[in-house]
Formats: sequence, C-alpha cells, structure tokens
Amino acid sequence: MADMRERPLSPHLQIYRPQITSVLSIGHRATGIVLSLGAALLVLWLTAAAAGPDWFDIAQRCAGSWPGYALLFVFSVCLVYHLLNGVRHLFWDAGLGFELETVSRTGWAVVAGTVLLTAAIWLLGLAVAEGP
Amino acid sequence: MTVERRGLGSSRTGTSHWWRQRLTAIALAPLTVFLVGLLPVLAAATHEEFVEIMRIPVTPVALVLLLAAGLYHMKLGLQVVIEDYVHGEPVKVGLRIALTLATCLLAAAGIVSVVMLAA
Ligand code: HEM
Repeated sequence: MADMRERPLSPHLQIYRPQITSVLSIGHRATGIVLSLGAALLVLWLTAAAAGPDWFDIAQRCAGSWPGYALLFVFSVCLVYHLLNGVRHLFWDAGLGFELETVSRTGWAVVAGTVLLTAAIWLLGLAVAEGP
Repeated sequence: MTVERRGLGSSRTGTSHWWRQRLTAIALAPLTVFLVGLLPVLAAATHEEFVEIMRIPVTPVALVLLLAAGLYHMKLGLQVVIEDYVHGEPVKVGLRIALTLATCLLAAAGIVSVVMLAA
C-alpha cells in the first residue's frame, strides 16, 4: 500500500487548526440537531394547549421557569444562526459567494448577525411578553 | 454487502433529497420568522388568549405550513446525519425507520392540535 501515502487525506480534526469555515460548517449541523429537539418540544407545547387549560398551564410554567427560559434562549440562538447560515448555503447552491475571501466575510457576518438578531429578538420579545 | 451502482448515493434517492432539503429551507425562512414573532405573544398568554390568537386564520395556516415544512426538513437533515455517522446497515435502516415514524407522529400530533385549537 505504498501509494496510500500520496493520496490526499481528509482533515484530521484533532490536529487541524479550527477555522471560521470549518467551525461554522459543523455549527450548521449542530444547530440543525438542536432545532430538531426544539421542533419536538414545539409540538408538545401545541399538544398541551389542545389538551386543555390544565395541561397548558403546566407547559406554560415549564416554559416560564429559568431552565425553560435558558432552553428557549439556546433554541433562539440556534434558529437565528441556522437561518442566516442556511441562506448562505442557498447562495452557494446558486453558485454565488465562493471566493475564499467572501466565504470568510459572509461567515463573520453570520456570527455578527446571530448575536445582534438574537439580542433584538429577546429585547423585543421580553417587552411583548411583559405586556403593557 | 454488495450495493448496486446506480449513481443514487447512499440512500438511493439521487438528487431529489438534496432538492427537497433546499425547497423546504426556502419555505422555512419566512415561516420561522413568523414563528419568532408569534412566540413571545403566545409565551405570556393564558389558555383563553392562546385560543383567541389561534382563531385568527393566519395563525393556524402558518403553523401548519411551518410544521409540515419544518418536520420534513428535519427528517431529511437528520437522515443525512445518520448516513454520515452510522455505518452498520441494519442499525442504519432501523434508525431511518424510527426517524420516519417519529416524524410522522410529530407531524400528526402537531397539525391535529393546531386544527383543534383553531376550530
Ligand atoms: C424548523 C427548523 C429547522 C430544523 C429542525 C432544521 C434542521 C436541519 C438539519 C438537522 C439539517 C442537517 C444538517 C446536516 O446535514 O449537517 C439541516 C440542514 C439544512 N438547513 Fe435546516 N433546519 C431548520 C430550519 C432551517 C431554515 C429556516 C433554513 C433557512 C434557510 C434552513 C436551511 C438549511 C440548509 C440549506 C441545510 C443543508 C445544509 C447542507 O447541505 O449541509 N434550515 N437543517
């Protein structure tokens, strides 16, 4: 198997320097998996509402607890990130934005956008939820 | 195990999986924005207020579309994750069946709940 040595290898993740491109790429998968859990909980919440006020109260108390808020925060970060990076994916699928410099620029834009949009959602969301 | 070479990839569906992942992603972009707007309103709601908001037609319509596109997108995405990380054929097939059943269960429970609340 002497010729094996000449062949290109995939990056060896333990020794490969993390880069904006590789980190964001695995981030899309990680957030997709977290959002799948979020989708299941969304269905559970709707089912509780359909089951009547007693079940709905239990669900609302879980969601309104500190762990509930923490989980909702994680879901919101993941959704915003996955949405923005998903749009980036769709542009690539259309053949746009492949220059190395552009890839890293749009990558940082996704990171900045995630921070800003998530902050905006929670500031507005908390204002709405608290009510007038 | 010999696998017939049909150019259809590891789940034998060719490019249709890829297309559906993209189409559902495009549909989800506006639908998830709607969800983010709706959730803070519903999060603080009593059951009575919740039902009231569900009776505005745009709410259940958007939620049913969101559940359909979102859960299908989720199923397609998790299937790729399974294909990438699980290598034994029997386990892979078992997980894919479990994923399909779980997705159908979530879709049915979610959509029926929305329809019940809106009716
Ligand atoms: C309901 C919420 C969502 C869930 C549960 C979800 C879940 C997932 C999962 C599990 C994957 C597979 C990841 C992988 O193969 O590595 C994925 C991929 C993808 N998602 Fe989502 N997603 C959601 C919303 C969105 C939205 C709003 C967009 C908007 C543009 C989007 C765009 C994409 C794209 C383009 C891919 C394919 C990426 C690739 O080819 O590697 N997703 N999603």
